[in-house]
Amino acid sequence: METKDIYGRLEQQFPGKVADFKGDVQEPCCKVDAQAIVEVCRFLRDDPGLKFEVLSDLTGLDWPKEEKIQVVYHLYSYAQKHQMVLKVDLPRDNPKVATTEGVWKVANWFEREVYDLFGVIFEGHSDLRRIMLPEDWVGHPLRKDYVEQEEYDGISTQRAPLVEKLLR
Amino acid sequence: MKPLLNSLPETVFTTKVDSLLNWGRASSQWYMLFGLACCAIELMQTGGPRADLDRFGAVPRATPRQSDLMIVAGTLTYKMAKRTKLLYDQMPDPKYVISMGSCSNCGGLFQLAYSVCKGVDKIVPVDVYVPGCPPRPEALTEGLLRIQDKMMRERWLVKPSRPAEAAAQA
Repeated sequence: METKDIYGRLEQQFPGKVADFKGDVQEPCCKVDAQAIVEVCRFLRDDPGLKFEVLSDLTGLDWPKEEKIQVVYHLYSYAQKHQMVLKVDLPRDNPKVATTEGVWKVANWFEREVYDLFGVIFEGHSDLRRIMLPEDWVGHPLRKDYVEQEEYDGISTQRAPLVEKLLR
Repeated sequence: MKPLLNSLPETVFTTKVDSLLNWGRASSQWYMLFGLACCAIELMQTGGPRADLDRFGAVPRATPRQSDLMIVAGTLTYKMAKRTKLLYDQMPDPKYVISMGSCSNCGGLFQLAYSVCKGVDKIVPVDVYVPGCPPRPEALTEGLLRIQDKMMRERWLVKPSRPAEAAAQA
């Protein structure tokens, strides 16, 4: 199915909840209302014409100027051989969104990763811990305003730069 | 009475105890099976038949408790740094450390990343730094020979106390 037809189905099913369709890019995407993301995902998975069985990736984006954090869902259907990208805008000071763990189980680890690196709280997540960084880490490093700590666990994070230019 | 030494000139040697101990230690450096990143591939090559670290008596051991030498091969993250310190502490004295490759020397290519420790010398004392990204097996072999040189210069019977220890005793 063409991506614009998928978007058409979504608009028809969830009027006012989806917007900003971009079809002329490599990975066609649209924005989804943060409140509706779980039902949209469940519809995309269960609809016999759409059949998005796979959440192939779930990542985050930080937009400090727009004061928002985006969560991006990459969906793929092996049955229908089509793909779709959903984006959810969240406020930067309090990013919270419902978990899609109940739709695709793999979202468990993806959401932990986004929580680890961006600090997005996935409400209803069964095990929202850091997945890659140590548990006593301070801050969320992929945020643009992240400042590295002076030391981690007694290990200094400073070293005289070998090449000045690399530091910009 | 005829001296014993002269009667057995081809079977008895005299040496210093220190030299004997050092010779034994330098010729049987058991290094820990410990790879962190791509340098570990080169470490395996060095242990393989072409470069063959076994020629120098260096064989891999799968436990820190039986190892004399730790070769830190690869990018050291802060998460791994704690474990590396633990492994180092588990090794029995005397112990030596080779820092292999740019990453464990100073953080290397990844030194501006938030998660990468800027050199293994931040957590354990390093005896030999081997440069390269990754170092060729010849370079690592050279590093091992340098460790052997260092071992041969050690003194065990009369050990000069280090300045820090002397200050602590005083």
